[in-house]
Amino acid sequence: MTFLKGIAASNGIAMAKAYRLVEADLTFEKQTIEDIAWEVERFQTALTTSKEELDAIREKANAELGADKAAIFEAHLLVLSDPELIAPIEDKIKTEKVNAEHALKEVADMFISLFEQMDNDYMKERAADIRDVTKRVLSHLLGIQLVNPSMISEETIIVAEDLTPSDTAQLNREFVKGFTTNIGGRTSHSAIMARSMEIPAVVGTKTATVDIQHGDFIIVDGLKGEVHVNPALELIAQYEEEQIRYEEQKAEWAKLVNETTVSADGHHVELAANIGTPSDLDGVINNGGEGIGLYRTEFLYMGRNELPSEEEQFQSYKSVLEGMNGKPVVVRTLDIGGDKELPYLDLPKEMNPFLGFRAIRLCLEEQDLFRTQLRALLRASSYGNLKIMFPMIANLDEFRTAKAILEEEKQKLVGEGVAVSEEIELGIMVEIPSTAIMADQFAKEVDFFSIGTNDLIQYTMAADRMNERVSYLYQPYSPAILRLVKMVIDAAHKEGKWAGMCGEMAGDEIAIPLLLGLGLDEFSMSATSILKARSQILRLSKKEMEELAQTALQMSTTAEVIEAVKALSEKVVSM
Amino acid sequence: MTEKTFTITANSGIHARPATVLVGMASRFNSDIRLEFKERTVDLKSIMGVMSLGIGQGAVIKVSVDGEDEQDALNALQDLLHKEGLAK
Repeated sequence: MTFLKGIAASNGIAMAKAYRLVEADLTFEKQTIEDIAWEVERFQTALTTSKEELDAIREKANAELGADKAAIFEAHLLVLSDPELIAPIEDKIKTEKVNAEHALKEVADMFISLFEQMDNDYMKERAADIRDVTKRVLSHLLGIQLVNPSMISEETIIVAEDLTPSDTAQLNREFVKGFTTNIGGRTSHSAIMARSMEIPAVVGTKTATVDIQHGDFIIVDGLKGEVHVNPALELIAQYEEEQIRYEEQKAEWAKLVNETTVSADGHHVELAANIGTPSDLDGVINNGGEGIGLYRTEFLYMGRNELPSEEEQFQSYKSVLEGMNGKPVVVRTLDIGGDKELPYLDLPKEMNPFLGFRAIRLCLEEQDLFRTQLRALLRASSYGNLKIMFPMIANLDEFRTAKAILEEEKQKLVGEGVAVSEEIELGIMVEIPSTAIMADQFAKEVDFFSIGTNDLIQYTMAADRMNERVSYLYQPYSPAILRLVKMVIDAAHKEGKWAGMCGEMAGDEIAIPLLLGLGLDEFSMSATSILKARSQILRLSKKEMEELAQTALQMSTTAEVIEAVKALSEKVVSM
Repeated sequence: MTEKTFTITANSGIHARPATVLVGMASRFNSDIRLEFKERTVDLKSIMGVMSLGIGQGAVIKVSVDGEDEQDALNALQDLLHKEGLAK
């Protein structure tokens, strides 16, 4: 048996067979062939098998993801029936006496470069479709089974280098019991997805795809950050017990689902959830979320070939607002760029994507895209308690411009006779140090702040959160970060506004006492962290935490802060 | 043989999805169906042929159909172009 250590990214324990989501090796040699008829037949068979496979995938996608997502497979099927693709390949086999793999590759490459050269972005994207289809036929010619996560039909744990949003979109929630990846940290996409799917995950194992074979039995311990490959029976038994203990703990927390979050000395704070899609709503409600503190709208834009229409966005926003039944829903406008790409926008690669053309910067430039989203939001506003938040605001001019655009769209809609709520609060993400420093000025114009700690920490420390070698600088409890957080909260309160936090830090058990003491009003976290956080806050006294926070702000290192919080927590637990 | 000229009105022109629908419809008929744009002619039953033309908004295209079911095919394609808001 093998043992791997990684980062605990999502709580819980999963035990199941490993499913390796790894690119297959489809290399081959060019060969001269003797039996042409046989080679053509081999090609035809590979085509037929590929079509059958695609047909099955399309049916499944249609049933589970909707006709919209299935359309791409429809296009793939047509490519495989295309006389202009098939005839030249067969001609090549016959006239040049080459193997089918080579003929297929040559002809497909010709089409791929033809499409890549077109001016039109939609057409450029088609190159990817042809590549995808070619890969499928090639795999059948070579007798290699391509992995296809959407067809998983038994309990599995996904093992991958990393998981992209389009990978996770294809996963079947019914059967995927956990993840483990080579790279990533607590704030990488795979970790966030695992928490939103409420399945255990261990990321950053470095060698999961090397040490784990397809079909191995593995245990993913998302509490300790460990992965066990083909464990001994005793260990399995031990984990089964641990699983039961964890379930009991969860059952204990579950009793708090309808409670409000009030500290031991009677101070109320709001515990909200971060979500990515309307399908995450069940998790929020089952875990007693008092609102949505961050609705990441970028998932609406990902895993597709063109921008979502206003109507499509409207339906999503409306369903979330209605689902929350009057509770607050903070929607963040499109935050794309950085580590989140949209291939169809065809944005140039940047040297420093995290410091580049992303989020509000892109929206203010590509105003059509921004206005469509704002219209959809405004139309949805009459169905619930909507709050709109702009990401990556660096100075007041950006906020004012964004607000003016929103105002214009609102007037247009009102002019068209559309019902728009008059109560929409407008706020910003505070994730750039300049904005935290200027919070007193912002507070006069915004209705609320939401502190995005994942980015605020990396920008303050100048440390890439994806780079493991500088991860020691990624310190949420650093006095430097605490001081910035305090500036933001104090600035909000001075103007009678509220301050929330939607980064990972808001659900962290060491950060919670400090944040409560600093006066944070709203804590937004993964839905699965809410009940645990609530049980913690119920035991804490706000007054004592204020003293703790004051002391922490005067400390010189992160280690001192952690020690002070731990000393206090032990006291609380022992009480 | 019968033929008809259309002007593309859809914002994104004949991109992937409309091309899929058009080729799917054309493939139901036995007639030979050709699509002409800017002096290039392709088989309307070929998805890659159709997409390789890169037909954008405002483009003028000609559909010509030759075969036993040519009239039905042309009518069906015309209905589809109108119904999908692709062309007039």
